[in-house]
Amino acid sequence: MRLPRRPATTLALLAAVTLALTSCGAEEGSGDGAVTLTITANAISGGKNSATADWIKNWVIPRFEETQKAAGRNVHVLFQPNGVDDEQYKTKVALDLKSRGGADVIDLDGIWIGEFAQAGYLKPLTEVAGAAVDAWEGWEQIPQAVQGLGVFEGKKYALPVGTDGRVLYYNKDLFRRAGLPQDWQPESWREILDAGTALKRLPGVTPIQINAGTAMGEATTMQGALPLLAGAGAEVYSGGRWLGGSQAVRDVLGFYRQIYGGGLGDPRLQQEAKGRDKSFAEFAEGKIGILAEGDYFWRSVIAPEAGVAPMKDRDAKVGYALIPAREPGAGIRGQDFVSMSGGSARVLNPFSGNPGPAWELLSFMHSAEATEAELTMAGEARITARADVNDKMLAGDPMLSFVSEKVLPLTAYRPPLAVYPQVSAALQEATADVVAGRTPEEAAAAYQEKVIRIAGGPDKVAGQ
Amino acid sequence: MTSDPSGLGRGGAAALVLPALVLIGVFLVFPALWTIYLGLTDYRLTGLAAADPQVVGPANYLDALGDERFLGSTWLSVQYVLGSAVIGQACLGFAIAWLVRDRRGPLRRVVEGVVLLSWILPGSVVAYLWIALLDRDGGTLNALLNTPGAAWLLDHPMLSLVVFNTWRGTAFSMMLYAAALESVPPSHLETARLAGASAFQQLRDVVLPRIRGHVLTNLLLISLWTFNDFTPFLITAGGPEGASETLPVYVYIVALRDGELGVGAAVSFLILAVNLVFALVYLRLLRARGRDADVPAPARAATRTAA
Amino acid sequence: MSGGRAHAGHMVRRIGVFAFFSVVLAFFSLPMLWLATAPFDANPSITVSVPEFTLANFRAILDNPYALGSLGNSVLQAGGAALVVVTLAATAAYALSRVRVPGRDALLYVLLLLSSIVTGTAAMVPIFELATRLNLIDTHLGVILTVSGGLLPAAIFILKDFMDATPTSYEESARVFGAGPVQILLHVAVPLVRPGLATIAVWAVANVWGGFLLQFILIRDPQRAPGSVVLYTLYTEGGQPDLSLLSAFSLLYSLPVVLMYLFVSTRYGFRFHGGIKR
Repeated sequence: MRLPRRPATTLALLAAVTLALTSCGAEEGSGDGAVTLTITANAISGGKNSATADWIKNWVIPRFEETQKAAGRNVHVLFQPNGVDDEQYKTKVALDLKSRGGADVIDLDGIWIGEFAQAGYLKPLTEVAGAAVDAWEGWEQIPQAVQGLGVFEGKKYALPVGTDGRVLYYNKDLFRRAGLPQDWQPESWREILDAGTALKRLPGVTPIQINAGTAMGEATTMQGALPLLAGAGAEVYSGGRWLGGSQAVRDVLGFYRQIYGGGLGDPRLQQEAKGRDKSFAEFAEGKIGILAEGDYFWRSVIAPEAGVAPMKDRDAKVGYALIPAREPGAGIRGQDFVSMSGGSARVLNPFSGNPGPAWELLSFMHSAEATEAELTMAGEARITARADVNDKMLAGDPMLSFVSEKVLPLTAYRPPLAVYPQVSAALQEATADVVAGRTPEEAAAAYQEKVIRIAGGPDKVAGQ
Repeated sequence: MTSDPSGLGRGGAAALVLPALVLIGVFLVFPALWTIYLGLTDYRLTGLAAADPQVVGPANYLDALGDERFLGSTWLSVQYVLGSAVIGQACLGFAIAWLVRDRRGPLRRVVEGVVLLSWILPGSVVAYLWIALLDRDGGTLNALLNTPGAAWLLDHPMLSLVVFNTWRGTAFSMMLYAAALESVPPSHLETARLAGASAFQQLRDVVLPRIRGHVLTNLLLISLWTFNDFTPFLITAGGPEGASETLPVYVYIVALRDGELGVGAAVSFLILAVNLVFALVYLRLLRARGRDADVPAPARAATRTAA
Repeated sequence: MSGGRAHAGHMVRRIGVFAFFSVVLAFFSLPMLWLATAPFDANPSITVSVPEFTLANFRAILDNPYALGSLGNSVLQAGGAALVVVTLAATAAYALSRVRVPGRDALLYVLLLLSSIVTGTAAMVPIFELATRLNLIDTHLGVILTVSGGLLPAAIFILKDFMDATPTSYEESARVFGAGPVQILLHVAVPLVRPGLATIAVWAVANVWGGFLLQFILIRDPQRAPGSVVLYTLYTEGGQPDLSLLSAFSLLYSLPVVLMYLFVSTRYGFRFHGGIKR
């Protein structure tokens, strides 16, 4: 690095660089008195959730600006894409809202809404945008349960984008070779284990993959611990208290013990940093018999064309079944079958300088027309929040219709509270303990201890 | 030596230091002190504690010090620093610097080139390279050693990381020692050799006293960098089940995943304290050695840096 | 001492040294194989294999709207930070090296320790709030100043060590000939440690080049995001890496740093010591 001859030159150079840099960081304002709105999402063209980003850029923005212009309003819309881990995106949005800045319309995971609201980062939609919110045509198209994704303490904070459901996938080839039915629907945990035992006889096949351990992160909780807990009749948070190391937890851990201690699962896979990716690849290669996953697995992982682990003959080879309760009637609300759901939602920035137009943009993005356009552009069906769109778009996809019709009525959601991620981590650690060989009782006791610490006292923990 | 050979004077010196100090003051000291303050609160990024953080005094520190997981992470970090920085990087770096010192030509350039390349490649790329090397199913190492299915990252996570970080950071020690060795006059080594000193004795009696200051600089820096190294997270994500959860990974999980920024800040300060302990140990060891050695050393650099 | 034995000993030593170099070469180059094969493989996996040769991965990454621009942003941010760090560290280290200030080493080490807090995850909120108040969010300058603050103590620490080791006799003679302090700094001291300055510059660039979290939090507009942030976007909805894009981009993203190193090392030499042999 050659340094300039004189300090004055150095200073001038630094100043010039500084100026140049700051000026290219200036706001792209619009001098014509127009309103500028910004959308942000964890989606980016050419990367993560590319289709959503393309839809916002190429459909939502031009159409919305056009509609507004027709109504005599000059509105500019900008899109700020991101493509990172959810936790990092969440951090960035929280920092933005904490400093009262950030985009006007923000994509969030539904379970963040409660903690953001508690922190004062979000306000109910009607408080931000007024009566126009309640008058929106879309509410009656969104089922109550799905609306719940955007509701915290009885108030609507967000418009749900869509939802999903979890099922058991199975490989029909392997089932045939193991003498199991092509049309499989287990009625209890016992029947899952029995099918696993039959599959175990096939060489080179891992019978069951139910995510466990901490390396899989939230996937362990969503695809494993929580649906199983629901099947044992317990919810992780209810009546203001967190679930302790109860009988239900011990039952779930006992089930894990039978899989990973009994040679029905691959314990090493649960520990690898890229274990979940590998489980996808192994299922696609026909090396895993039964796998618990969300509908995302069907439409994005093993999809014949666009999947990351594509299965050319997916529709013929892969079956799916409801997740059974421990035994019929043992699930939450006395159900025979259970599932878990999540989904993302869009909120209004309560610090937006243009809350009215921001609501117009938000509701426009959730209109039937926009929702259909998003699915069409993505080239894949997906369960949206709107019943009218689902009726029309899911008709050609038996798997997603199955989720929409059979799974969603049974499903449950996670509590949208700030300490949930820590409770979830404690559940993951409990499953890891069992996979590593500790008894369900020991693991449940350790879990109990952690939950009491996380929740802030024994009085905030139930079912000890 | 006069105390001001360049005629700067106090005023001149202050003027030269000032720009750096201002930048450090605003962008380093200020946020660092703020972070240390956060460590005394129950501050979280979201939830009720974000809206109304309370000062909880030393509670975060006491919790951390009583938490097995924190203590476990500290121990893993100490292993990581001793194994990869002190033993791996410093020793390998010195060995390479020592053996190439009289060489010119392609061998030296190639050796230094690959060592430096592993130092300047971006961390996220490097993490991928090592996952590809050590993978259980398709890893290059298993193919070479004919050990299919050996799960290096699961069975020996810390050893794998120590080897990784030795690979990653040896370049700095190599360069620093190469420069330091140039200050050792070849005639002194020659004299020692003619007097029948073994290679080890030459190193101990002739080389070490002259490069002691550089050894200290090197150890202080590579220990600090290794303590704060986040790349292990990209390779093992702290796993399996926390077996490679070093302190920066622990802080990341506490502060970012769990959102407990107050606790994370407190742990950051504890990391600083551990570093300080390491620094004091280094100072003490190198000074003690200095008194034992009876070689009349014009060890200017050593005493100056060690002060 | 018989000549034959000395000769044999010499041979053994030579063989030992070459064996050592071979092991070092193998150890340091082995992990890099993946970067040489995967970007050119039609179906890249985590395994190093003889590729089914294709350039399609590069075509795909060029279609990514942010990939190439992000490398320009990396150059701007890393280059800017290197400029700030080298300039400020060199002047400060020179002054601290030549003028006795009581407690300077302890002070430097305390700053070095504090830099470990600021580069960690926990300082995110203070740094973000600071950048917000100074109006530095979504600017290259914000990234440059913030990362420079974290790098400066180590840079001063290293440079001071080497300024201490350069002889002061030249400066004294320059003084005798009537040169002022600034002229001495620029014309006597800086040329002596130029390879060291070049090394610090490369070190600073490499550090900023790989940094992710800070850059991600401070930058809003993807048109200003550096390569490290764009690298993270090459994942799918479920978090699996898109290996064909990721491997090709990894190679492109690594190249500028490697080229810079080659340039600096041929032009200025790449080492810490000064240009004077003693």
